[in-house]
Amino acid sequence: MWVVFQEAGAEALPIVSLISFLIGMIFAFVGVMQLKNFGAGIYTADLVAVAMVREMAPIMTAIIMAGRTGASYAAQIGTMKVNEELDALTTLGIDPIDFLALPRVIALIIMMPLLTMYGSLLGILGGMVVGVSMLDVTVVQYIAQTERAVGLNALFGGLFKSLVYGSLVAVAGCLQGINCGNNAMAVGQATTKAVVMGIVMIVVSAAVLTVIYINLGI
Amino acid sequence: MNDTAHIIVDDVTLAYGDFVIQTDLNFSVKRGEIFIIMGGSGCGKSTLLKCLIGLKEPAKGVIRFDDIDYWGSEEDTQLGLKKKFGVLFQSSALWSSYTLAENIALPLRQYTDIPEDEIAEICSYKLALVGLAGFEDYYPSEISGGMKKRAGLARAMAMDPEILFFDEPSAGLDPISAKLLDDLILELRDSLGTTVVIVTHELSSIFNIGDNSVYLDPVTKTQLTVGNPVELRDHSPNFDVRNFLQRGTANRD
Repeated sequence: MWVVFQEAGAEALPIVSLISFLIGMIFAFVGVMQLKNFGAGIYTADLVAVAMVREMAPIMTAIIMAGRTGASYAAQIGTMKVNEELDALTTLGIDPIDFLALPRVIALIIMMPLLTMYGSLLGILGGMVVGVSMLDVTVVQYIAQTERAVGLNALFGGLFKSLVYGSLVAVAGCLQGINCGNNAMAVGQATTKAVVMGIVMIVVSAAVLTVIYINLGI
Repeated sequence: MNDTAHIIVDDVTLAYGDFVIQTDLNFSVKRGEIFIIMGGSGCGKSTLLKCLIGLKEPAKGVIRFDDIDYWGSEEDTQLGLKKKFGVLFQSSALWSSYTLAENIALPLRQYTDIPEDEIAEICSYKLALVGLAGFEDYYPSEISGGMKKRAGLARAMAMDPEILFFDEPSAGLDPISAKLLDDLILELRDSLGTTVVIVTHELSSIFNIGDNSVYLDPVTKTQLTVGNPVELRDHSPNFDVRNFLQRGTANRD
């Protein structure tokens, strides 16, 4: 079980760090270029923080995990299917879904919010690097502005989204693995389908959740 | 071996959707018997085995274990029956992320309350029985094909099953290892009274250890005969069966 957690979480930190940091920088860059014209450069901090916490960190982390962990789940379980390892479990009366899929889904549900929070922080950090270097603001000012911008609604709204995305990625990966065909090519196809299915489900649920949030005033 | 039927295959048809593999299968396996399922390539031997071990429902017919209709039963009853099976797959199907000891331990941990140190002892014992003492911490990728088969057998025996199923057990084994496996199967039957069902076309094993057998024909898609392999080889009225058992040298008379 710990191996599953490690794979779902700890080993994803480097790539999540890199991508979140860069996205934060990109947002800050775009923000600075536009907001400076109105003397509102400091609101770049708001832009980066709200964008990261509400939307970008959950979605980007989820897409990274779909490509990384969802694909890995599909490949692992698909290969087990080809090797008759799933049949071996079934003949023992062990349901492959309980035994293989459930721990993986739980692992991603637990890990995704943690990774997303981490990604948000790194995005804000990336934004801060650009903001502080391109504007006439100090680090302290930038952080204070960031704190004012992010409310609990945004924080928990983003974390709930990451939870939903995490379960979708894990389900997509495990489902494609269990439905894999019986040869090497089928494992490749299952992996591809897991990533595509994961990403599509993330984007669709992002749209649905955004509409729900707007209606609930979150 | 006593005369009670342990497994009864009653009017079974095997099919994948509309594609029929075998029909009108009728035979029984006695308790403690070594029963061979044989036939030409593609006749559906492995499909029949999958029906017997609970992986594929037959299109028609009933499979009974001690008078319990397996496919007509509730999941709990099916699980109870499955716990009495031990299966050795053709590719051994060892769980590749687990060591050999962990492979054997899995069913024990799942279904018993045996403490961990005893489980470790049982795993070592089962591995020693198949000649793999000392290989507890090896992964399946680190051992040879023959060793994987033996490890697969050790796992099949983990819960001391009443029925052992083998799918082409000597495929990929050298002649000496195949003979050792035959001896092990005989020993299991003689000392524990285990019923054994083997899908194979390894003739020397069939004659050495088979008590009874069924021959499945891929052309007529049904069983041609049931009987002791040696007797069938020498006296079967069916040419295809004699030809199979005489390795293609039978006379048409």
